[in-house]
Amino acid sequence: MSLRKNPQFHALGASASDGYEASAITITRREDFSDVTYLLEVHHPMMAKAARPGQFVIVMSHENGERIPLTIADFDAEKGTITLVIQAIGKTTKEMQRDCQVGTELLSMTGPMGEPSHIANVGKVVCVGGGLGVAPVFPQARAYKQAGAYVIGVVGFRNKDLVFWDDKFNQYCDELIICSDDGSVGIQGRVTDGILLAIEKHPDIQEVLAIGPPIMMKACAETTRPYGIKTTVSLNPVMVDGTGMCGGCRVKVGEQMKFACVDGPEFDGHQVDFPDLMNRLGRFSKEEKQAVEKWTDSCKARL
Amino acid sequence: MAKKTIRNIPQDRTAMPVQSPQERVKNFSEVAIGYRKEDAIVEAERCLMCPSPACVSACPVHINIPGFIQKIVDKDYSGAYGVLSDANPLAAICGRVCPQEDQCEGVCPVGTRLEPVAIGRLERWVGDLAIQEGWSNRPYIQSKGYKVGIIGSGPAGIACAADMAKAGCDVTIFEAFHKPGGVLRYGIPEFRLPDTVIAAEIDKLVQLGVKIECNTLVGRLFTIKQMIEELGFDTVFVGTGAGTPKFMSIPGEYLNGVLSANELLTRCNLMQAGDFPNHDTPLGLGKRVAIIGSGNTAMDAMRVSLRMGAEKVLCIYRRSHEECPARAEEVEHAEEEGVEFHWLSNPLEILNDGNGNVAGIRCIKMELGEPDDSGRRRPLPVPDSEFELVADTVIYAIGTSANPIIGQTSNIKLNKWGFIETDERMATSMAGVYAGGDIVTGGATVILAMGAGRQAAASMKAYLGIRDTDVVYNNERADTENKLFGIVRDERNFSRIRTLQGAV
Repeated sequence: MSLRKNPQFHALGASASDGYEASAITITRREDFSDVTYLLEVHHPMMAKAARPGQFVIVMSHENGERIPLTIADFDAEKGTITLVIQAIGKTTKEMQRDCQVGTELLSMTGPMGEPSHIANVGKVVCVGGGLGVAPVFPQARAYKQAGAYVIGVVGFRNKDLVFWDDKFNQYCDELIICSDDGSVGIQGRVTDGILLAIEKHPDIQEVLAIGPPIMMKACAETTRPYGIKTTVSLNPVMVDGTGMCGGCRVKVGEQMKFACVDGPEFDGHQVDFPDLMNRLGRFSKEEKQAVEKWTDSCKARL
Repeated sequence: MAKKTIRNIPQDRTAMPVQSPQERVKNFSEVAIGYRKEDAIVEAERCLMCPSPACVSACPVHINIPGFIQKIVDKDYSGAYGVLSDANPLAAICGRVCPQEDQCEGVCPVGTRLEPVAIGRLERWVGDLAIQEGWSNRPYIQSKGYKVGIIGSGPAGIACAADMAKAGCDVTIFEAFHKPGGVLRYGIPEFRLPDTVIAAEIDKLVQLGVKIECNTLVGRLFTIKQMIEELGFDTVFVGTGAGTPKFMSIPGEYLNGVLSANELLTRCNLMQAGDFPNHDTPLGLGKRVAIIGSGNTAMDAMRVSLRMGAEKVLCIYRRSHEECPARAEEVEHAEEEGVEFHWLSNPLEILNDGNGNVAGIRCIKMELGEPDDSGRRRPLPVPDSEFELVADTVIYAIGTSANPIIGQTSNIKLNKWGFIETDERMATSMAGVYAGGDIVTGGATVILAMGAGRQAAASMKAYLGIRDTDVVYNNERADTENKLFGIVRDERNFSRIRTLQGAV
């Protein structure tokens, strides 16, 4: 059985040509934010039209690759593109950093997956992004603004050099608080300090949405808990299929079992069992280390 | 030739050549090697050619069983494949995975005195021969100009697609994974159903003109409503399966080392995690594996674990061996391969090693009480009979529930368990949309899903106004004029299927 590519199908209105197909998923733009963070813009008109804030995709870069979930960082229905921002930490993301250049293809990109965010004009809302979470919180900030809400952006980076997309956030946020570990840009402190700053200034904040590493989302949820502000977090546990079939992404939310891929990925941050989530994220740490080591060795061998 | 009776047929059922347990537990090659030609010829002689065969009605897709066996007796093997594939587009697959003992072979009259005719093994032999020889049942198809969308490329979708393609429709199957086959691909392990067999059978579907679009999550990428209103599909079949694994809500379920059989099998079968790190997906299986449940999926998970290097595999089931829902042959194979069965045992808690990993499982002994709703005797806990088993991996294989995506993204009516509600013609509450397989019935078998797919196809043809005689037309001298019983064959609403037997 041959795997042929059909460049047409996921273009709107085109029908599948004969045979066994997998659509060609071409990378149309790439931008490197730092040594480890890179942006890929991928051509997929049908998905660009279907995507909503809060959703994710599952990407497979090659035939022997693994299926990795990535939150959609942006989508443009007019251009027909989906934007992904990726941090090269594991073997697959390092390999993609090397191989995913403009004009190359991904083996597959399936989605948009997960329940979209519930966006409405809720009054004042804080959109928090830390590290890699800065990118996926952007579509939410934009959507809240377009829905008429007052949007306060809080984004955190280690230092000035790692800042990206501050222009995009400025365009849609009524206020933007940039936090950096060393104070080289914005306020010195963590995103939780930014949240507190916003709460001080605006006692009538209705919602907080936080996306980032689990430890950061946990801290955000704890920051808002005393104020009783509704806090939504976006979880990214280990998953295989992304369609509710493997149960690998099960998370404990208020003593109930939820599958992040189909019930989420967004949940009430005050209900999520973060210690459990963090324990489960370490499930394959041994294998991940082994894969990165093998990858590093093979890269050395190529030199 | 004298009339065949139960006295003059070969008395012994022809044995299936298998790999020895010691050998096979180390490899992923097929356990059952398959009949040789001489085995098939002898076994075919055992069929009494009943005039009103019970086996045909017991077959969910109604294969003309004596018909294909007679063709083997006549040594017309491609003819045998023609008969088989008229009803079943996946002969090589069903010959391997059908529970024949509960279906065709269960009602075979030979079975009243002797072992029943090995219908499944014969089906597999013919199916394999067809793959080897490149035979395909490719009828003359007159295009009807209708566009049919099928959601899910599992057995239900494949069966429906094949029938609709033969009726002249332009059929597209949408699959969420990067490879087609559904449960055949991700669920059933290589040693029971080799990937090459799935690939060959799916290739035949493509030869029928069916298009398969992978990486497409219907509901999220586009909805069923959009398929009909925007993408131009005249009718849609939903065969998304009952993929959501069940857990038990006992303490310890979130520990590392606890996973669903679906996850294990998907990692292993679809993602080839056994080949980590050459393939990027890790498996995450330990050395002492406890599997909860004893259905076919549980058996697959146990036998995969053994082949993936588990030193000890335990099966924990709350009823007794007698109630075990797996195919008898599968349990037998698992026992031979060294699985340790703990019948009448129910898990109470998965134990933590102190670092968030599985250390073992605490169970309680059960005994059987009065029959429950399912007719099986209800298991009840024996007081003060708790015991612990050491394990580093716990796998849940206690069934699946409905996948929620179609429910989340359409208005199709679901029942209280989240499965799609259909009438007896497989029609859903949305006009033009039909459903079948596990997403309607809950977890069942490959062949039942295929039966549902065919039934839905018949209804979809009726919905589109395609009259389908279902008659195989293979007579060279027949009237090729556009007339048959006074009906004009070119009329849009009439589909005539001509089988070119043995043609490539």
